[in-house]
Amino acid sequence: MTEFLQQLVNGITWGSVYALIALGYTMVYGILRLINFAHGDVYMLGAFFGFYIARLTGAANDPNPLRAAGVLLLSMLGCGIVGFVIERFAYKPVRKSSRLAALITAIGVSLLLENGGMLLFGADPKFFPQIIPSANVPLGMGVSISNQQIIILAVSVALMLGLRFVVLKTRVGKAMRAVSYSHTAAALMGISVDRIITFTFVLGSMLAAAAGVLVALQNPKIEPYMGIMPGLKAFVAAVLGGIGNIPGAVLGGLVMGIAEVMVVGYLSPTWRDAIAFVLLIVILLVRPQGLLGQPPAEKV
Amino acid sequence: MLTVEDLDVYYGAVHALKGVTLKADAGEIVTLIGANGAGKTTLLRTISGLVPPRAGRVTFEGRDITRMPAHEIVGLGVSQSPEGRLVFANLTVEDNLDLGAYRRKDRAAIKSDADAVYRLFQRLLERRRQTAGTLSGGEQQMLAIGRALMSRPRLLLLDEPSLGLAPLLVREIFRTIQEINRGGVTVLLVEQNAHMALSVAGRGYVLETGRVQLEDAAARLLVNDEVRKAYLGG
Repeated sequence: MTEFLQQLVNGITWGSVYALIALGYTMVYGILRLINFAHGDVYMLGAFFGFYIARLTGAANDPNPLRAAGVLLLSMLGCGIVGFVIERFAYKPVRKSSRLAALITAIGVSLLLENGGMLLFGADPKFFPQIIPSANVPLGMGVSISNQQIIILAVSVALMLGLRFVVLKTRVGKAMRAVSYSHTAAALMGISVDRIITFTFVLGSMLAAAAGVLVALQNPKIEPYMGIMPGLKAFVAAVLGGIGNIPGAVLGGLVMGIAEVMVVGYLSPTWRDAIAFVLLIVILLVRPQGLLGQPPAEKV
Repeated sequence: MLTVEDLDVYYGAVHALKGVTLKADAGEIVTLIGANGAGKTTLLRTISGLVPPRAGRVTFEGRDITRMPAHEIVGLGVSQSPEGRLVFANLTVEDNLDLGAYRRKDRAAIKSDADAVYRLFQRLLERRRQTAGTLSGGEQQMLAIGRALMSRPRLLLLDEPSLGLAPLLVREIFRTIQEINRGGVTVLLVEQNAHMALSVAGRGYVLETGRVQLEDAAARLLVNDEVRKAYLGG
């Protein structure tokens, strides 16, 4: 029982990271019907930005929460800019072309970021500095949680609540929902569809950056290809929850994280990556619209 | 107020509008009738900036809006209730109206305009917290028109407001269109229901395969032999 609860805590923590990345996939899909395959690489950039920012600002040598928060925010800002640039120079020019063109562009951007990262950061893994002193907090019944896990959970939940507020309560959030429903109708309301698309990319990239920094707190080894697997799995999480559906991405991320940790704990670590794709195959067979997705409505 | 000159629009290889010229003066209800595929919707989409024309010019209140982005045209005072209504199905009636006023910042006036829409369409008031997808076809049409009014347009483009509605409801919608017009809004009305459209409009254009075939006072079009044969069922 103790072991199960411990795995559950680990799984939820890990899942909240998938959820953060999955949100970016699902928001961009909701608005553009595009799978942004470069999204996992933005997560990688988030970790690297955090790495360099921590070194430049001295946060690496002086672990304290305030500086760590600064590292997180600056990395998010950096990736927000990257998201803006990717959208403006890679996706916008092919907006009016076929969806296949956009998809191929996404794969191209992904390769560019991975290999550009290789060129810029080097192929050797870097070790993310400990910007938060580590400690373990017992939860009772033999279950414990590290303070990094607490930070991962707390920051993820805060960001998700923030996103929820933006999407449901603000004008720009309503505009996002309008654009995701119909570009034509949104434009007729006076909404600049281009601007909302840009905003969505920036928002998604910032969440991915946060995920990158948060993961690096716990698994400090970072390298330019580190975004590929988590990116794919977060994409599967988004599909699992119902692509285009924001609560679905969160649910899908949690299910994915818990499933993965449980498989590693009770079956075998070699199944770690396979479980994601088992989940994908099962959901596509049983409920292709995802857990919270609605089946495509008949247009009358 | 609105002038369209020699407009040529292509959809891929399809020549959808072939040198269309028309105008609407301030305070008018002008109707555009024609069969399916004649280019009526294309014309409205072009005026609203959703489709770029190959050639020709659109001006509104003397200003060239031919290649202006759609969202800016709304800001100038041209609003459209589009074909198929396109109400935001997952948003409430209230939020739909609020989005109609997206470019406005005057909170208090937006609220009073929403109240005015609810006075115009009382059924929307009862349903204002319902999502638009749960409304009936007629209610969705009212919402689409109400939403278009929320930007305080001086020119309102209506695409097939009677489509799929029961006859009683059609009359109600047309009465409301006249009421909106009396409030000072110029209306360009695209309709397949030629009889209703011509009976509320001052002038009308007949569009056939991308060309304006006829233009005249609506009252004269109603008794025109060709129009009667083709659009009014004899």
